[in-house]
Amino acid sequence: MKFSAIRIQPEAELIPLQNSTTPPVLAKLRQSLSQVGPLIGLIAICALFASLRWETFVSWDNFAIILQQTAVIGIAALGMTMVIITGGIDLSVGSIIALGTIVLALMLQAGWPPLAAAIAAVGACAFCGVLSGLLITKLRLMPFVVTLGMMGALRGAAKGLSGQQPLYPDEDTWLSGLMQLGEKGTLPSGVWLTLGFAVLVALVLKYTRLGRHVFAVGSNELTARLCGVPVERIKIYVYTLGAAFAGLGAVLQFAYLTGGDPTTAVGLELNIIAAVVIGGASLTGGRGTITGTLVGALIMSVVANGCTKLGLANWVQEIVTGAIIVAAVTLDALRHRKAKD
Amino acid sequence: MPPILQLSGIKKHFGATIALAGVDLTITPGEVHALVGENGAGKSTLMKVLAAIHQPDAGEMILEESPYAPRGPSDARAAGIMMVNQELAIAPHLTVAGNIMLGAEPTHGPLLDQSEINRRATAALSELGRPDIPLEALAGDLGIAEQQLLEIARALAVGCRVLVLDEPTSSLTAADTAKLFALIRRLRDQGTAIVYISHFLEEVTTLSDRCTVLRDGATVASAPTTDFTTDDIVNHMVGRQVDELYHRTTHEPGEVVLETNQLASPPNLLSASLQLRRGEVLGLAGLIGAGRSDFLQTLFGLAPITSGELKIAGYSGRPSPRRSWRDGIGFLSEDRKTEGLALNLSLAENLTLPRLPGVLNPRKLITETTGWLEKLGVRAAGPDQAITELSGGNQQKVAFGRLLRNDADILLLDEPTRGIDIGAKQTLYTLINELAGEGKAVLLVSSYLPELLGTCDCIAVMCRGTLGPARPVADWTEHSIMLAATGAAEDAAW
Repeated sequence: MKFSAIRIQPEAELIPLQNSTTPPVLAKLRQSLSQVGPLIGLIAICALFASLRWETFVSWDNFAIILQQTAVIGIAALGMTMVIITGGIDLSVGSIIALGTIVLALMLQAGWPPLAAAIAAVGACAFCGVLSGLLITKLRLMPFVVTLGMMGALRGAAKGLSGQQPLYPDEDTWLSGLMQLGEKGTLPSGVWLTLGFAVLVALVLKYTRLGRHVFAVGSNELTARLCGVPVERIKIYVYTLGAAFAGLGAVLQFAYLTGGDPTTAVGLELNIIAAVVIGGASLTGGRGTITGTLVGALIMSVVANGCTKLGLANWVQEIVTGAIIVAAVTLDALRHRKAKD
Repeated sequence: MPPILQLSGIKKHFGATIALAGVDLTITPGEVHALVGENGAGKSTLMKVLAAIHQPDAGEMILEESPYAPRGPSDARAAGIMMVNQELAIAPHLTVAGNIMLGAEPTHGPLLDQSEINRRATAALSELGRPDIPLEALAGDLGIAEQQLLEIARALAVGCRVLVLDEPTSSLTAADTAKLFALIRRLRDQGTAIVYISHFLEEVTTLSDRCTVLRDGATVASAPTTDFTTDDIVNHMVGRQVDELYHRTTHEPGEVVLETNQLASPPNLLSASLQLRRGEVLGLAGLIGAGRSDFLQTLFGLAPITSGELKIAGYSGRPSPRRSWRDGIGFLSEDRKTEGLALNLSLAENLTLPRLPGVLNPRKLITETTGWLEKLGVRAAGPDQAITELSGGNQQKVAFGRLLRNDADILLLDEPTRGIDIGAKQTLYTLINELAGEGKAVLLVSSYLPELLGTCDCIAVMCRGTLGPARPVADWTEHSIMLAATGAAEDAAW
């Protein structure tokens, strides 16, 4: 049907496209404010540490270290962001990373070329995601429970495959150089890898149908279904992508450890989820950004780094990180409540 | 008898929307007071003011000669003003007794006084004439009618003087409706003041002693029910002659684009056979729960087909929402809030959700949306605005715009005018008429009979999952539709 075919009722024509409740400028401002909120937090935290320990905290070398420490969480959080936007969660990510490092080590020991071994590791991780996705959609189980089960099962699989031992391949490959800090403070390639994928995922979320459907499923699954969105397929995609990004995290973790370890990354999934949540995503779905997630991941590494510089004990760090998570969610909730009024 | 509750000049606004523009209402013990009005006339807002869920902006309420200014729902309950809502507020995992005494549990110090709970629950159930409902049964295992009784029992158990029933029969069978009416009459005779909200004017005329009509948030008529004819009530409700609202031109029926043969999707849809032609508006009447929505959902692919045949535009097969949109079938859900729209997404995101290209060009989608918003006369700040911020009518126009954007040839419309204002209704009626004129086929489900009679070319009535034959609209009256919808044998229920 053509536009011109619709006759408009005089009554309905009253001031079309005029402000109803909020002027567009204000709404825009509020929207952007909710996006830069975590960034302001990051800047404030950096400023605090800088003022306390200028000479050790503020240096290019330290900056590079912080980014290096963020890479694993950061890249895994990209996938987690998508999972959380659909209203799901993946608790198995830490175990997937451990499994990934083991698969990578085994392949290298078996004499595979490094690139093929890395691809195999990411593929194995992605397969775990397919499995979670299938269980969640086909059996209609809660993501929390399914991935909780996967967390245990995959950790066990990693231990079984490695004979409960860390595996260190004999030969050094370029893979172990991925996380090395360069001579003159150049950033490790793992950091660039993370940033590159971050840009890619951000573009996918904003500019593709897949991205739009991810938001739609999290915002209202029934509506999405009604509009012909293949809800189940989208869910399988995001769990697969989430696990694949965890697999990339495993490659970086392998590089960092220079080997595979079945007991690595225990509890890391919670840090990853925390990064996504600090970044402004909603656990009920429909909301989340890649920039927010990266800022969230940075906030956590900056806190860890800064506390070390201040000579604070590990337990202080943990308390501070916990407080930041709660504070971030509270601020976000308050902002949204205000926006609703 | 002196009134128990008097409301005068009650006003309430939400943002820019005026929900109540000065309502007067007098409620007397021993009377069934019917409150009628179109959706959006302010009935539910008024009841929420009574129940102290909303605070009025202006006006006064007098409860037995002293001012009534409840600060919260618990004050209203303490004053003996109880609600039974259309959406039942039952805790399915609790027992019958637990539900009846929910929120008013007697205690022994920190412990629940279970024997007192059972005693009072039993008393309330016997008062309703249903002591046979077992106290220990889980509420979720009961039928809808019994669950509704639990709500009434809950009201009685805590001492109810004004009982508000909001569309209580919408999901009841005719036999249960008859029982409910007998119960309401008995409570009335015992001196309870009853406020009865209903869309079914037949119910209003048979049950109520007094009738108040609301329109656009104000009382437009209030008198003993015997002073009204059904036509009077309808005219008060719409505030204009009914036929002004509808534009129906003669359509040329074309080829058959949708055909079903004994299509079934149990438990709600048992057998539906019909033919839908191009250029035809076919109305589906029936009571809520008769299976009309299930029929549309089955056609669209949201519910599985278990038996029967479905042919759409010449081919047959198993539909899915994705395929339906692609093949030019559009569906408008009856439930905007939970199914129809993604409330925290923007107008543009909602409008363009079906059939997006693989790579999006947000600017183009925005421009496209702006065009549709203007054509549909949507009042909004812009395509970026969150859809929650719009009124129901404007939200519905966006949902309808989805079908237009997809150039749907078969439009499945489920209660398209529910809960929207009259201006938006008129826009939709005109649109439907024009779409049919252009050769689109429209299947319209509505519970509002004047709407069906005013817009459709043919009407078929569904009763308990079975669809009756479609007949030209001239062969139907509101009365004959209701007879068919309730199953003629149960006519005696009223």
